[in-house]
Amino acid sequence: MTQTVAQSAEEISDGAPQVQRDGAMRQSRQGPSFLMALPAVLFFGIFALIPLLGVLVLSFMSWDGLGSPEFIGLDNWVRMFERDQTMSSLWLTFVFVVICFVFQAPVALLLGVFMAGAQRYRALLSVLFFLPLLFSSVAVGITFQQLFSPNYGISSALPFDWLPSQWLGNPDIALYVVVFVVGWCFVPFHSLLYQAGVRQIPVSLYEAATIDGAGRVRQFFSITLPQLRYTAITSSTLMLVGSLTYFDLVFVLTQGGPGSATRILPLDMYISGFRNYDMGGASVLAVILVAVGLTLSLLLNKISGSSKMESDKAGM
Amino acid sequence: MLQTKKPTERPNILGGLGGWLWLAAIILPIYFIVITAFRDRVDLNQSNPLVPPAEPTLANFVRVIENDFFHFFFNSVVVTAATVAVVLIVSLMASYYIARSMSGGGQRLFSLILLGIAIPVQATIIPVYYLIRSLGLYDTLWALILPQIAFAIPLSVLIIVNFVRDIPNELFESMRVDGAGEWRILTSLVLPMAKPALMTVGIYQALQVWNGFLFPLILTQSREVRVLPLSLWEYQGEFAADIPATLAAVVLSAVPLLVAYILGRRYIVAGLTAGFGK
Repeated sequence: MTQTVAQSAEEISDGAPQVQRDGAMRQSRQGPSFLMALPAVLFFGIFALIPLLGVLVLSFMSWDGLGSPEFIGLDNWVRMFERDQTMSSLWLTFVFVVICFVFQAPVALLLGVFMAGAQRYRALLSVLFFLPLLFSSVAVGITFQQLFSPNYGISSALPFDWLPSQWLGNPDIALYVVVFVVGWCFVPFHSLLYQAGVRQIPVSLYEAATIDGAGRVRQFFSITLPQLRYTAITSSTLMLVGSLTYFDLVFVLTQGGPGSATRILPLDMYISGFRNYDMGGASVLAVILVAVGLTLSLLLNKISGSSKMESDKAGM
Repeated sequence: MLQTKKPTERPNILGGLGGWLWLAAIILPIYFIVITAFRDRVDLNQSNPLVPPAEPTLANFVRVIENDFFHFFFNSVVVTAATVAVVLIVSLMASYYIARSMSGGGQRLFSLILLGIAIPVQATIIPVYYLIRSLGLYDTLWALILPQIAFAIPLSVLIIVNFVRDIPNELFESMRVDGAGEWRILTSLVLPMAKPALMTVGIYQALQVWNGFLFPLILTQSREVRVLPLSLWEYQGEFAADIPATLAAVVLSAVPLLVAYILGRRYIVAGLTAGFGK
């Protein structure tokens, strides 16, 4: 405070440098100049925002992926909504997102809490639990494709007759197999988030609860779970939006098959655009995907209030 | 802050059981990849897939390496390193602006960038494809680097902003009083204070880019610019029925990350979550 006063006094006494000083003063009130953000804004604008608008524009155009796009009005929209596959892909995507969440969230939470324990063997298990994160989706997809293959997989390895010989080839269970593989890939990351969350809970809470005679289950529901709410919001957001747009694993595992049993929206979009060369129709599906994704994020955002600027927010 | 829960007196039987069960689910596929990668492709059909090969062979790895594995590996290194380096620099700069700009511009930019987190990459792939073709970058490594930088920025900025915001105002003021310009403040105050966030962002985005499949699948075509995940997919086609070679490629592709994990496990695990838990 004293320094600021001294500085401004100096400014008044000086003549010429005043303008420059004044600039510096304004800067200290306003913070860094926009130039700091410019590179990020350029990258983000050109390769993320413009494509986001571009996909809307392309949905009104006819384009085979090679020539130049032509404007055709609402034709794509009408065509895509009259197509049965669009609705069934949408429904399948919804089912996929829900099952993914129902499977992954409890497993990740329980594993995270378990991993946070102090026992030696838990630390060892945590090291091994991390391993799936080291494999790319393609690697995981290829692995499980072999593991579930009717010719050379677990069905031929284990002497249980009741094991189905077709896993990914069976339209009734293919989707659940895919969900399991998605969980195999992503549960480790989410359980790490929960583990970190549990470790920040003050031990005194548990000590007090123990003195009060609360058992483990009671402690889990009355202390651990409420204390983890911000972690849960972060993890759930990443999980829900992630599985909505999930592409890589499903592409490698089933290519949307058998039939269209696992043809979720992102996959349907890829097949329409890059296999059937209907970029306009694929763009319609993409716009739907964006709309659903944004709605979902905004809803979750409302619940968590994570876009607030306060630094004490523990949300993501 | 990092106190751990005291072990409770009664052993947690149910938890332990679940933990070991999940371990089995995690390990079985990895065990399967590794033993199959060492299996002779001729005796594949006479053997039980879950029993280790009687005579392990390295021939599968040789076949993979002879099929340009190191070339694809090098492409992946270039793409990952370039993307992560640029993401770290531009996100740090943008976060400094967002967290310290008092004019309201920062808040507006932050909202815009938060919107970016909700943009599904997959949904923009067609216009990105169009853009990359128009710029004449199709089938180059640039086609992979530039869009991946853009899509990594939102989450990176979000994580870093949380750290930069917590730097006490007094530190900025005193640096200004000492006559430091914004670049010096960036490098000698913001950078060191945001280090945990930068670690998180660096590791997370490196994993994303290293393992990314969609951009390479759509934006590249030729063998020259093929990256590892795409090469696995292509190996599967090239090696058709050669399951051991395909899985040997899977093993080889995971080795760099495994080595990094063994060397810097604590660092990686803590780094991955430090920024998210904030």
